This record gives sequence, C-alpha cells and structure tokens, in this order.
Amino acid sequence: MDSTLKNVFDSFQGKKEELIPILQKVQERYGYLPEDAMLEVSRFARVPESTVYGVATFYAQFRFTPIGENRIMVCRGTACHVKGSVGILEEIERKLGIKEGETTPDGRYSLETVACIGCCSLAPCVMINKKVHANLTPQKVAKLFKKD
Amino acid sequence: MASFSQGGGVLKKRSKTEGTRLKVGLGACGIAAGAMNVFEEARKTVEENDLPIRVERTGCIGMCHHEPLVEIEEKDGGRILLGEMTPEKIAPIIAQYMENGHIDPDNIVAGTDYITENDPFFSKQYRIVLSNCGTINPESIDEYRETGGYEGLARAIREIDPDEIIREVLDSGLRGRGGAGFPTGLKWKFTKQAAGSPKYVVCNADEGDPGAFMDRSTLEGDPHSVIEGMTIAAYAIGASDGYIYVRAEYPLAVSRLKTAIRQANEAGLLGEHILESDFSFDIRIKEGAGAFVCGEETALLASIEGERGLPRLRPPFPATKGLWGKPTNINNVETYASVSRIIQNGASWYSGFGTEKSKGTKVFALAGKIRKGGLIEVPMGITLKEIIYDIGGGIKEGKRFKAVQMGGPSGGCIPESLLDTTIDYDSVTKTGAIMGSGGMVVMDEETCMVEVARFFLEFTQNESCGKCTFCRIGTKRMLEILERITNGLGREDDIERLETLAQSVKSGSLCGLGQTAPNPVLTTLRYFRDEYEAHIKEKRCPAKQCRGLISYRILPEECVGCGVCLKNCPVDAIRGEKKQVHEIDPKKCIKCGICLDSCRFGAVEVR
Ligand SMILES: Cc1cc2nc3c(=O)[nH]c(=O)nc-3n(C[C@H](O)[C@H](O)[C@H](O)COP(=O)(O)O)c2cc1C
Ligand code: FES
Repeated sequence: MDSTLKNVFDSFQGKKEELIPILQKVQERYGYLPEDAMLEVSRFARVPESTVYGVATFYAQFRFTPIGENRIMVCRGTACHVKGSVGILEEIERKLGIKEGETTPDGRYSLETVACIGCCSLAPCVMINKKVHANLTPQKVAKLFKKD
Repeated sequence: MASFSQGGGVLKKRSKTEGTRLKVGLGACGIAAGAMNVFEEARKTVEENDLPIRVERTGCIGMCHHEPLVEIEEKDGGRILLGEMTPEKIAPIIAQYMENGHIDPDNIVAGTDYITENDPFFSKQYRIVLSNCGTINPESIDEYRETGGYEGLARAIREIDPDEIIREVLDSGLRGRGGAGFPTGLKWKFTKQAAGSPKYVVCNADEGDPGAFMDRSTLEGDPHSVIEGMTIAAYAIGASDGYIYVRAEYPLAVSRLKTAIRQANEAGLLGEHILESDFSFDIRIKEGAGAFVCGEETALLASIEGERGLPRLRPPFPATKGLWGKPTNINNVETYASVSRIIQNGASWYSGFGTEKSKGTKVFALAGKIRKGGLIEVPMGITLKEIIYDIGGGIKEGKRFKAVQMGGPSGGCIPESLLDTTIDYDSVTKTGAIMGSGGMVVMDEETCMVEVARFFLEFTQNESCGKCTFCRIGTKRMLEILERITNGLGREDDIERLETLAQSVKSGSLCGLGQTAPNPVLTTLRYFRDEYEAHIKEKRCPAKQCRGLISYRILPEECVGCGVCLKNCPVDAIRGEKKQVHEIDPKKCIKCGICLDSCRFGAVEVR
C-alpha cells in the first residue's frame, strides 16, 4: 500500500460507517478512486469489494477516472436553468472542445455539471476549482479561461 | 428571558457597540461576487493607515442583488449598508468616512438613518431564524452569545424539565421546515417515548432543492443557532449523539460548522457534562456525496451508516427505528435554528407570528427572473404577491410574471391568478405545489412551462435511486414524452398519457421522491395547458424557447450592419459586410440566442 493511502487510513478506525468519508478522502488525494485503492479500502473497512463499488457508484461525487488540473462545474439548478445555464454550458463546451463529463486532451480542464451551487440569486453560476463565478453570460465565458 | 429585540427588522440600530466596525458579507454568494477582495482591501487600508475601525466578516444579509455588501456599524450603533462594493471603491469610502463621517449616497443601499421603514424589502420581513445572519461574525461564539445565544440551552438545562421543553415546542406551533411540515414537538415526543437506546439527533442539511440556499446561508451565517437547537433537542429527547448531514457542494458551511462545534465544546456547551450538568452530547458532521434522494430522511440515515442511500419503507418512522435501528429525531436546519429562538424567547412569543395552523416565520431563497433576488424571512400568512412584488421588486427588465416555482422537484408552478395565496402549509398545498424547504424560483413570459416540466423530470429521473419500478421507468417515459413535445414532435394524446403516467408514478413509489416527482408536470398541465397544446397542435412555443420550434432572423429594416452579432455567433452562421444588412444562415444556426442578446438595435427576431 502506498503511503498516501496509509495516510488516509490513519485518520479512520476502519468501521463500515466510515466508508463514504474514507472514499471522499481517497478521492481528495488522488482526484479519483483508483482501482487498487478500492481493494485496499475494502480490506481496511472490512467489507466486500462489491460493497465498496456499490456505494461508490451510487453517489454522483465519486469518479473512477482522473480529472483535469482545473475542474469546471456548471450549475444546472432551477434558478440557473431559467437564467440560461444551457447556453453557458454549450459555450464552455465549444470553447474547450469537450462535452459535459469529459476532460480536455491536454488534461487542463474537466467539465462537469452540478445540481446547485447555492448561489441561486446570482444565477447563472459556474464553479471553477472552488471559486464561484456568478451572473455569467455566454460572452463572459471567454474571460473565465483567459485568467488561468 | 431575552427581549423582543431578537429578530425583528432587518437593519436595526444596535443598542450596544464597541466602536466603528466594518463588516464584509462573506457568505458563499458574497465571495462569488468578489467580497473576499473587498475584505482584504479594507483590511489593508485600515492597517496601513492605522485607522480606529475594525474590519470583520459576517454572513449573508440577504440582499444578494447588491453583492458584495459591506456594512458600516457606526459608533452610536447606527448601521449603513453599502452595495456593489469593489476593492477600488472601498478604500476611498473608508478614508472619507473616517475623515468626516460622510458616505456618498450612491453607494448606500440601506441604513438606519437612510431607510426607511417604508422600504418594503425590510418592512415586510421579520427575521427570527436569520436575525444574526449577516450581522454577527459566524466564526465568533462570543458574538453569538451576545445576541442571547445559548441562553435558551442554559435555561433548558437548568430550569426546565425535558417534557416541558417538548411541550413548549408543541405550543409554539413549529412545523418542520424541511418540506412536509410535520409538528416538531410531536416528532420529539414520539422519539422520546420510543423504546431503545442510545437515541440520536440528526440535522438534515442536505438542501437538495436545486435553486435554494436557505440552509446554506443559515449554516454559513449563524452555525451556532443550529448547534444550539440540536443540543436542546438532544436534551429533551435523551440523546447523546448527533449528526449533521451536509450537502457536498457546501464547503464553507462545513468549515464554519466545524469551527462552531469546536468552540461550543471548548465553552462547555457541547461534549461531556454540558454546563456542568449530567447531560452530554456530541455532534459529528457527515458530508453528503451528491445524491438528491439522500435528503429523504430514511435514505439519509442509510447514507450516514455508510450504505447506498436507498429509502426504507415507513413506518417504522425514524422516531422509533432510525439510525442503526435506534430512535432518531431528524429535523431540518431551519427547524433547529427556530427551536433555539423559541426556547430563548418562549412559545407564546413565537406563536404570535403566522397563521392559525402555520406559526412563526419562513425563510425563502428568492431567485430567477426577479429584480431583488436574495434570502428573505417572512411571517407565515404573507401573500405570494407581497413577496414577489413588494420584497422582490417584481420582474426583471419590466417583463411579465408567469409563475413561481415552490418546492423544487417535488413542488409545482403557481400562476399569476393565484398570487393572492397566503404562505401557509395548507394554502400552498392547495395550489398543487408544496411549501417545500423554501426555494422560490420566479419565471417570466420568456420561460417555457413545458420546458420547465421537462427540466424537473430530467432531474428526478436522474436522481431516482432505481428501487421502485414506477419511479425508475415511469419518470423515464414521462421525460421522453416531454422531450418529444419540446422538440416539436408531440402527439395528440401525449397530455393524457402524461396524466396517466403521473398517477401511476405517484401511487407506485415508496418514498417522497417518486410520490412527488410528477408534481411539476401536473401543476404546469393544470395552469399552463394552453402551452402544452400550442407545442403539440400548433408546433409553436409561446415563450419562444424550445429550439425545435423557433427560428431566428435579422430584420433588414433594423439592422445597421455593426457586425456585433457576426462576431459573437459561435458557429459562424451570420454573414454580411460592415454597414450592410446581415443575414442568418438557418442551416448553420443552432438557436443559442447570443445574437439576440448582443444586438443593441433590436434587429434580431425570434419566431
Ligand atoms: C426526495 C426527498 C428529498 C428531501 N430533501 C430534503 C432536504 O434536502 N432537506 C430537508 O431538510 N428535508 C428534505 N426532505 C424531507 C425529509 O425527508 C424530512 O421530512 C425532513 O428532514 C424532516 O425535518 P423537518 O420535520 O424539520 O422538516 C426530503 C424528502 C424527500 C422525499
Ligand atoms: S440554481 Fe444555480 S446556484 Fe442554485
């Protein structure tokens, strides 16, 4: 087992109820859930590997492939929807040349959608690496990528 | 007992002050609007010039349409709220204020000497749950205690018998704020009476309604009020462990909660022997992992246990068999925050607000096509019209109101003809929507109601956990029909088909997700049937939104040939020489509407 994983396990006791928090921590470290780690998690939490997969696939948060350096999350909540988030998503897709759920070939950007960021009165919103960009228009989208 | 000054008007003069303070609204929405830079610039200005003014952080004051917001608390307790602040504006404002007390009125959005009892944004609100939100520093337990915080808990532990607390909550008339409106005191009573130990207290902070942010703002702006409410519940019920289940997308709320829990522990208000009594209570945070169904209480409990978040059949209710099969009381964030104020100020104080069957106040997140979107708290019994027009200032850009969506994916769209509906559980339910947790998304003439129904169905279809066949397959069939209608391929009998499917999904589902998933379709069919018919029979989208049914063109008599649309068109569908009339190639046009939004001459037409 590599030291990163060991580090993660150190802050847990290995109880079944910790399964989700463990997976969250593993993903925080690696950016996704590597296959090898899944096996180790199952041993550590003393549950069958199928249970670990069962839980991990149920929740939208977990990923099984690496993501790009920059994580873009477009809000698809109700408030953002009525204020034109579809247009924002499409414009980002065109700008980056990828679709929702994909990563650019150079590994710089991953594009995802999210149910709601909780900044609904500043809709439409996009979150890029924990920073929320509000009151967007398709025209403003270009500026989002100039800065990084 | 604390005085009536708890809550009340949104901006009140403070009775006690410690010199001039400058407070920057650092909720997630403020930060999104750039408040962090304003905060840092203000700090820098004050430090560099050694000014006698303290720069502090606070939560969301609710005027999201004016973010970033900065409040100046004057020496005499007066309060001035500055809106649309930027790092460039803030330094000169501070300098001038410190020099001669003057602030350019253009920067002021409200203030004790400036508003204005008659500004309906303030006068129609009453803040109980949000009374500290946007006024205290959420990372300071002392500030919470200065407002009377933890007095309720102290009174509960020292003076009142647990059964009496439950009676007080019953008498207050408080009903669960997570959506269904079950009487909170009754739930507590059931949990207390249930056999089994240990007992648990759980806070539902999953806030699944996409378009709502009441719970986020409360947790970010006043986390101690939720912790205090939970601790009071635990004392009344006899629980020793608590969990707060927080939505994954709320990192700031999680960090504020962690700080607050640590502070409460250090102050002897949480943990072992609370306030030197025999009562001990611990709170742990569980972060959600992105599943809407986990807002449903039994699914939430399964998720805390480390399982897939599948709902369980009720009864047994969590009150008798909850977490690990033990009696568990589960309430929403706002419910617990209300409890703190009720125990602090008394049941009769609280039940003085609201209607006969719906007591107290309700927090709403006002968003969509509204002029003054934000976080508001109103007494039950106020009308929708007052919320939308008086507090919210009506519709953006002078457009016409069409509907307000309440209750998210489980709720419905309420039309203009029902705007006199009062906010109370029963009246809202009568419209076909539900009170829900407090999301209110306003829609105008440019929102297509069939498309809104499709949007919600897509959401629930996606989030259905798949356990019940009708919820899994039925919502998929409904979604396919709605997609077909919005694409202009609707069939004559599609409306009846939707209605039949809606009934089957409602009756064939185990949990609230499926039971309520058809509501957005049913309410739009009830109030906006003509829009469905226009799509199906006339192949026309009255709101001009459904791309399969509209086309764009440039009006030759209006076009000046400025070239802006040509430059902005993402697919090069527009041709034309400078100063000549431009033209859209319908074969290339993807109907994104960017040309329409960017043309300053009104030369683009949608049909
Ligand atoms: C699909 C579904 C999603 C729900 N989501 C939430 C939610 O996000 N937050 C919440 O407090 N209650 C939610 N509820 C309601 C809870 O099941 C439960 O009724 C509530 O937490 C009880 O607290 P209260 O009595 O204080 O309202 C949801 C219910 C269903 C059926
Ligand atoms: S709907 Fe987009 S932030 Fe809530």
